[in-house]
Amino acid sequence: MSKLYNEPSPLEVKVVSKRFGLENSASIETYLATEGYLALKKAIGMTQEQIIDEVKASSLRGRGGAGFPTGMKWGFVPRQLDKPKYIVVNADESEPGTCKDRLLIEFDPHSLIEGILIGALAVGAEKGWVYIRGEYRYLIDIMDKAIAEAYARGFLGKNIAGSNLSFDLYTQTGAGAYECGEESALLESLEGKRGIPRIRPPFPAVSGAFQCPTILNNVETFCAVPPIIRDGGKAFADLGIPKAGGTRLVCIAGHVMKPGVYEVPLGFPMMKFINEVAGGLRPGRKLKAVIPGGSSCPILRGDECDLNMDYDSLAKAKSMLGSGGMVIMDDTTDMVKVALRIMRFYAHESCGWCIPCREGTTWLRKMLQRVTDGQGMTRDIDLIGDLAKNMLGRTFCPLGDAAALPTISIVEKFRDEFEAYVAKNPLAKNELVTVG
Amino acid sequence: MTFSPELEKRFADLLTHYPEGRQKAALIPMLMYGQDEVGSVSPELMAEVAKRLSIKVIEVEEVLGYYSMLHRKPMGKFHIQVCTNVACMLVGGTELYDHACKKLGLTHLETQKGGNFSLEEVECIGACSWAPAIQVNYDFHHHVTPEKLDTILAGCK
Ligand SMILES: Cc1cc2nc3c(=O)[nH]c(=O)nc-3n(C[C@H](O)[C@H](O)[C@H](O)COP(=O)(O)O)c2cc1C
Ligand code: SF4
Ligand code: FES
Repeated sequence: MSKLYNEPSPLEVKVVSKRFGLENSASIETYLATEGYLALKKAIGMTQEQIIDEVKASSLRGRGGAGFPTGMKWGFVPRQLDKPKYIVVNADESEPGTCKDRLLIEFDPHSLIEGILIGALAVGAEKGWVYIRGEYRYLIDIMDKAIAEAYARGFLGKNIAGSNLSFDLYTQTGAGAYECGEESALLESLEGKRGIPRIRPPFPAVSGAFQCPTILNNVETFCAVPPIIRDGGKAFADLGIPKAGGTRLVCIAGHVMKPGVYEVPLGFPMMKFINEVAGGLRPGRKLKAVIPGGSSCPILRGDECDLNMDYDSLAKAKSMLGSGGMVIMDDTTDMVKVALRIMRFYAHESCGWCIPCREGTTWLRKMLQRVTDGQGMTRDIDLIGDLAKNMLGRTFCPLGDAAALPTISIVEKFRDEFEAYVAKNPLAKNELVTVG
Repeated sequence: MTFSPELEKRFADLLTHYPEGRQKAALIPMLMYGQDEVGSVSPELMAEVAKRLSIKVIEVEEVLGYYSMLHRKPMGKFHIQVCTNVACMLVGGTELYDHACKKLGLTHLETQKGGNFSLEEVECIGACSWAPAIQVNYDFHHHVTPEKLDTILAGCK
């Protein structure tokens, strides 16, 4: 079970992945033998403010995609409110390109439990759920086993590690729905309903699971918390760059020699990552395009990738660091087909609640299909771009933007490929007489 | 409806996981784990789960219509799920899916007569860095080629 999926790279800085590949890495024995639960014991001696301040000092930002500062999010929980407080872990991991949370649970579930417990101390929470996508059934078994071990050793249940903290933790299975990774849709799903997002405010910190104050974070975010408390927020922050502390797991896939999941500091140079960590492109190939952090991010042209992997650098390049799911495309890639495949995904996963997304993704899928089938018109190319732009900011949850942004970027940056498809359509020559 | 003792225990445990009065939260897990044993979310399973959670059958229907892993009809004994999303597509996922269609004589969400195999073209299953990837029921297979798929299918007995 501890067999790694890919060889590590010497350029990695291993913080959250440091136990990957150890013998029986998921067991509590291994965890305790490798500084496990030390941070919890330290946190028990700290005040809630001290814990939150330490997380703030680490400049840890959420690893689920949006990159919200974690310490600040925890600080929003109204701790004085006379309601139970909950913790929810987002292990829905469905963003195309992303396969890292899977490894954290498979190889180091106790670090997740410890991170959750520190979160529970910070806000006074009493219960938590790890919401795991339904396809990851084997992880539910691993997580359930780790939870049982933690109960048996007194790290869950009443008076944890001899303290006043009492906390119960459960797994919850999803059932196949990308939208349930969106935090408010996830909370609906957790309550036994369709994954339709909620209007915000109120944010989950104030009204989350079962309408109680809740901290909801990604798996990797929680896994970063024990090292932060153990070694201090500053030590973690110093691994990264200002405003983006620490390391993160980057999943690299597509046209590289050594695809895999690697842990690197925030701000690591992207080209160095592609060429040196992931072994570079296949011989004789050129870099054409990169999805930097999951298919919801605007795509980068190969010549735009000379930048560092951090939130600000990616924002400057008009894209996003996203979920850490990086997809590499070389010069053999058909970008029109990529655009179509991405849109088929969003059209399938749109929850259907709001019209711009439900109709927009379906129309975009149909138009992209038409172009790919060689039946597109020049005006279709413009219409695809325009329709996508009109979805921006007009949908109920960010899935609409997540569908529109990559499409807009592909049409803008690779328009010639769309034109080449249109040129194959004999009817496109006398476009004006064609009835649309 | 009667279930195995393991499933009964799982259901009983689930009901203790949520705040008092919010037991509907067990609905999706009960349908998932129930489906694994019963083979599909049959009308009987829906009625039984609704009864145990004191909710209306329509509330079960609502959920059933939303989640792609819940099925009204039984899938094959071996449900072959081939990912064709972008990371898999770039390294042969589409061809792999076409191969599976031909080999099994099935298309998306079809089940063979006799019920041994069913096929589904799925969205990203979280194995992008080890693509192309498939799942046979809940088991992952990575770096799958058409030849490797043939071997996997031959082993499905
Ligand atoms: C459509 C959609 C899907 C999402 N899927 C995930 C997911 O699978 N995992 C995840 O951690 N966050 C996902 N998110 C982000 C969550 O809404 C949320 O921001 C995140 O879980 C918060 O945790 P963090 O601050 O630790 O990143 C998704 C967001 C959207 C809009
Ligand atoms: S943007 Fe899409 S996924 Fe989000 S609420 Fe609207 S229809 Fe649902
Ligand atoms: S794209 Fe196929 S597993 Fe992610």
